[in-house]
Amino acid sequence: MSQPDVIDLLVGITAGCHLDGLRAQRVQARDNAQASYLALFHPAEPVDISLVERYAVAVFVAGLHRQPAITAFYRAGLAAQPDLRLMLDAEIARGATAGPYGHYPAGPLSAEDKDGPTFTAITDVGPRLAAALAHAHMLVFHPRDASADALRTLEAAAWSATGIVTLSQLVAFLSFQIRVIIGLRALAKAS
Amino acid sequence: MSSHPTNFTQAQLDWLPWLPPLPAEDLTPRHWDGLVDPARAKSAYFMLLARDPDILGARTRTDKDIFYNQNAGLPRAERELAAAATSRLNGCIYCASVHARFASHFSKRSADVDRLLAEGVEVDLDPRWNAVVAASVALTETPTGFGVADIAALRAVGLDDLAIADAIHGAAFFNWANRLMLSLGEPG
Repeated sequence: MSQPDVIDLLVGITAGCHLDGLRAQRVQARDNAQASYLALFHPAEPVDISLVERYAVAVFVAGLHRQPAITAFYRAGLAAQPDLRLMLDAEIARGATAGPYGHYPAGPLSAEDKDGPTFTAITDVGPRLAAALAHAHMLVFHPRDASADALRTLEAAAWSATGIVTLSQLVAFLSFQIRVIIGLRALAKAS
Repeated sequence: MSSHPTNFTQAQLDWLPWLPPLPAEDLTPRHWDGLVDPARAKSAYFMLLARDPDILGARTRTDKDIFYNQNAGLPRAERELAAAATSRLNGCIYCASVHARFASHFSKRSADVDRLLAEGVEVDLDPRWNAVVAASVALTETPTGFGVADIAALRAVGLDDLAIADAIHGAAFFNWANRLMLSLGEPG
């Protein structure tokens, strides 16, 4: 089944409109932003990170960005998990803050260190997903606090090296996709 | 230089992974397709990302078009400025080093790029660069306050809508790249 272009869908870009014309001038970026979405959310085989885990993290990330339409789009991937959807709503509310903050290696940049919350899941999402949500919260709001120890915490929650790479790509890709949608929406509104 | 840099710099840095990259002997045709450029098999960063080759390949092709497509739009120097400003705000010393060098190379304004690295994203460069940096900052903050005022500010300094779309994509892409480089290893 062919999938709609997610950025077009969530910006409201239709064939022949001004933004469609702009995106057509960067066709590789447009096609590969969509290919990235498909690789993460419609993978050939979801090894090392299940589809439910992918959509759950996506709902959480979009929710932390306070983007209702994008959150709803990914929440549709959890149609068969009503309890998880409710738990994620609670986690999003608990995780709300503003970034970027975080710490630099000790030295001249320490003057720019900015404290902020670290996230711990409050609902019973299971140890693997709880670890993934904590990691996703750090990547969304305070990525410069990332550390080798944070990856060891994921490993202790049964995340493989390949699963951690895909999880990181998923949160990082969404950080891109959400900003392209927000940016192009503003451009459409100003046109 | 110490083994781990503690400040922003335009100097060439290494990047050291915190997880084992894929061994070269494990590369299949699907992995080579994900690497896009065979030379990237020499990079620990790309060999680590090659653990999931499909998203790596799509990531790399997105990156290349946003930064290398020379068909009109924002000049390359200012796409790199958006990347460097985003990296400066998120705190990615490695990404900032690479894209500060590119911004310097394409603009011939290395001293201004140094000031962005030293003073941060509040630096006063010139009206056009200030607008590109401010738009990158607004789009990078979470939750973002980016909106029509940022579009108006970019138009006021001479960007057309394709150039504005390029600036949006340049800043947005580095919100992807920064999070990979920061979370899977460190500069060395």
